[in-house]
Amino acid sequence: MAAKLRGPGFYRAGLFTLGAVVFSAALIIAVRAAYGYDTFAGGSLFTVEAQNAILIVSLISAPLFFLAGIGAFDYWFYWASGRPTRPEDHSSHGAHSWRDYFRVNTDHKVIGIQYVVTSFFFMLVGGLLAMMVRAELAAPGQQFVDANAYNGLFSVHASLMIFLFIIPVFAGLANYVLPLMIGAPDMAFPRLNALSFWMLPLGGAMMTASFFAPGGSFATGWTAYAPLSTDVPIGQLFFTIGVQFAGASSIATALNFLVTIITMRAPGMSFWRMPLLVWANFSTSLLVVIATPFIAASQFFVLLDYALGFNFFTQERAGDVLMYQHVFWFYSHPAVYIMMLPGFGIISEVLSVKSRKPIFGYRMMAFSLLAIVLLGFTVWAHHMFVSGMQSWIRIPMMVTTAIIAVPTGIKIFSWLATLWRGVLHMDTPMLWALGFLTMFTLGGISGVVLAMIPVTIHVSDTYFIVAHIHYVLFGGSLFTIFAGVYYWFPKMTGRMFDERLGKAHFWLTFVFFNLTFAPMHVIGVQGMPRRVADYAEQFASWNLMISLSSFVLGLSTLIFVYNMVASWRSGPRAPANPWRALTLEWQVSSPPPIFNFDRVPTVVGGPYEYGVPGAQHGIFKPAEEARPKQPAGATAAGEREEER
Amino acid sequence: MGLPEEDTAEAGQATSRESRAQLRQMLVIGVVASVLGIALGLVIDWFPVQASGEAKPIDTMWDVLIIASVPVFVLTQTIVLYSVWKFRMKPGEELKDGPPIHGNTQLEVVWTAIPAILLVGLCTYAYIVLTGIEKADASPEQMNVRVVGEQFTWTFFYPGEGGELASPELYLPIDTQVTFAVQSKDVIHDFFVPAFREKVDAVPGITTNYDVNTRRVGDYPVVCAELCGLGHSTMRQTAHVVPRPQFDQWLADQRARAAEAAE
Repeated sequence: MAAKLRGPGFYRAGLFTLGAVVFSAALIIAVRAAYGYDTFAGGSLFTVEAQNAILIVSLISAPLFFLAGIGAFDYWFYWASGRPTRPEDHSSHGAHSWRDYFRVNTDHKVIGIQYVVTSFFFMLVGGLLAMMVRAELAAPGQQFVDANAYNGLFSVHASLMIFLFIIPVFAGLANYVLPLMIGAPDMAFPRLNALSFWMLPLGGAMMTASFFAPGGSFATGWTAYAPLSTDVPIGQLFFTIGVQFAGASSIATALNFLVTIITMRAPGMSFWRMPLLVWANFSTSLLVVIATPFIAASQFFVLLDYALGFNFFTQERAGDVLMYQHVFWFYSHPAVYIMMLPGFGIISEVLSVKSRKPIFGYRMMAFSLLAIVLLGFTVWAHHMFVSGMQSWIRIPMMVTTAIIAVPTGIKIFSWLATLWRGVLHMDTPMLWALGFLTMFTLGGISGVVLAMIPVTIHVSDTYFIVAHIHYVLFGGSLFTIFAGVYYWFPKMTGRMFDERLGKAHFWLTFVFFNLTFAPMHVIGVQGMPRRVADYAEQFASWNLMISLSSFVLGLSTLIFVYNMVASWRSGPRAPANPWRALTLEWQVSSPPPIFNFDRVPTVVGGPYEYGVPGAQHGIFKPAEEARPKQPAGATAAGEREEER
Repeated sequence: MGLPEEDTAEAGQATSRESRAQLRQMLVIGVVASVLGIALGLVIDWFPVQASGEAKPIDTMWDVLIIASVPVFVLTQTIVLYSVWKFRMKPGEELKDGPPIHGNTQLEVVWTAIPAILLVGLCTYAYIVLTGIEKADASPEQMNVRVVGEQFTWTFFYPGEGGELASPELYLPIDTQVTFAVQSKDVIHDFFVPAFREKVDAVPGITTNYDVNTRRVGDYPVVCAELCGLGHSTMRQTAHVVPRPQFDQWLADQRARAAEAAE
């Protein structure tokens, strides 16, 4: 037992977490005593203020102590204190049993799976919350939760789905396949990578645990607008602080991706030979590194205001209410691209391989990603058209918002042209990719409608917004996530999934997704505001239909879960390259060897040269023996002539 | 690539003939689907009644947006479905690849330029509609109402000699340009009257506003559209738009009652 408590792992983490709470209590008792505040009450042990203070400090310190306990800092501590470091001191590289996934592991393939499984766990939690939301909304009046609990349900649902599912699941998929795709043995900073992962479940646990906070969970939406968020029970802080951990995780991973992509590409892998998934994650990482600190700032404002009375949002004390929204959306609009660009990358991979054709307009695809990154920072105030901000800024924001549809349109049209005259393999990953093309186009169109100020004035904060964001985040992002998970499942697990179940999952989801979210456009335009526990009688029949559809939609996820679990345990063995893809991750065994490549690959051509006789992307020979180099677009001109 | 030149040319001609036929087929499908889609979009009764002068141009803009968006959606979906239909892998094609088409600069310029032009056009139109609905003196009469939101109710203040009159109910005379000055006592609320198509946040510490020209007698829901806490969904009241004499009568009654209460 003593050895278990000394060594890194869950025992030591538990002990340290306990220590953090004791430390926080001691700190608060000491500080309150120094200022002469009451700390101890008669009946209960602490006064409410002291209790809240201890809780807040614990929320900050406990995760840090937990990370130290589980061993995320061991290497650095050893190194800093001058003791001998072990090159692989956390665990051996790679995972040998399921237990290895519960340890700090520095292998990007283990971390990738840890990320994906963790985020899908929180997706199921978030989905359950969504179904509870829909159960409450099935009929007007109160069904089974009161308004406070209801506000908590949708707030935690949104926060988990955004910060614990969509953003990290993309980081997880990329963690697994990106180093493989560029021919690298691992990420640039494997220990930082492990630390980024372990911060994530802490943020998620904190948000989920907020339901047990005195006064209920945070209930101000995922937007947590001040001054509402500085004026509610302590549960709010579970969001405020949880987001800091999820955000720090996100920033560290993005830095890791940037350095990995810039410095660790295999010989011959020029930027113009990178698969578009790599381009997509390069763009996303730029967004994360620049934008995510802004949400951290907005939540630090709330924390300081809430805990220490900083009056950032009190107009009479020279505060500014609208400032919160500007800082928040300066992150949260780019965040929608953080939640979409990696999906664009996945779709490019899947469509090209499954259509057996090169991606159409490769360079424009990459440039349009960068254009979205740039434009993404110029549109944030379109979330604030009715917020009471200065009115002149609306027009420029409307124009930039509309214009950002141009690079997105380029991508859509290029994907369509990729399909054209291909040989379409209509299997599960392809179905999800095509489903994405349909649903995301709808979401994009309602996005353009929302850019138009006169219409937005009417529909903002209504169910039209709820419909729009679910079309882009569920029909958009989640469909790409499913496409990606099915597409790389054989590589990640070494097993094939059940194709029939995959298709059933797609069709059920596709149909009931539309039955759930399409009617929301209608009730939104009719004037049903969002985030309401109760609504007028006139919306009753639509809401009942939406709720019933949403239950089927929720249940369809169980097919996916069953397929993944059963196939992982006992699916047929996957060959190295079941899709006959050219990119490097498919040129090694499934799952790949411990250090990815037994021989360093050399990249000799573009990643999508399907249909080009004898085309190769990477070879496992030294560069000198490889055939003469040929840039990705070099054949393009000739082929185009041939087409005419 | 490996083919002799004349073969390629012949194959190219054949494929381009085939392509043209395919494009014609798709065009027909696309036009029919667009017409049906637009018809459906216009038939759906999207909006609440038009109770304000602002509602009409906004609803018209909505119809224009439907007419502009349906063909875009139909275009993309026709290509997806047509590709799935025509180009899906047939038995025996398991190892076949498509033609290695890497791009087409002309096509890429077209699908960058056309959406850009369309979007700039829509923005211009939106700008014109916006300035139209925000322009002053559209009605013969003008009045001010101060709207104050608090958790969880709206209070409406009518100006007049002898101070403001506070009322929990919103009465408005018809054919009047009403300027709402919106304020909040605690957190952010949003003063939304769907039948007027207008909303603005009530922000603590500042005054926001919008104008509405009442055009139709009736009772319309007033809702709070910004999450403001526990009672957010119960923050629903009614806007009564009434003929001028009835409004004057109501206001006088309210004043009398207020004076009584004060004594």
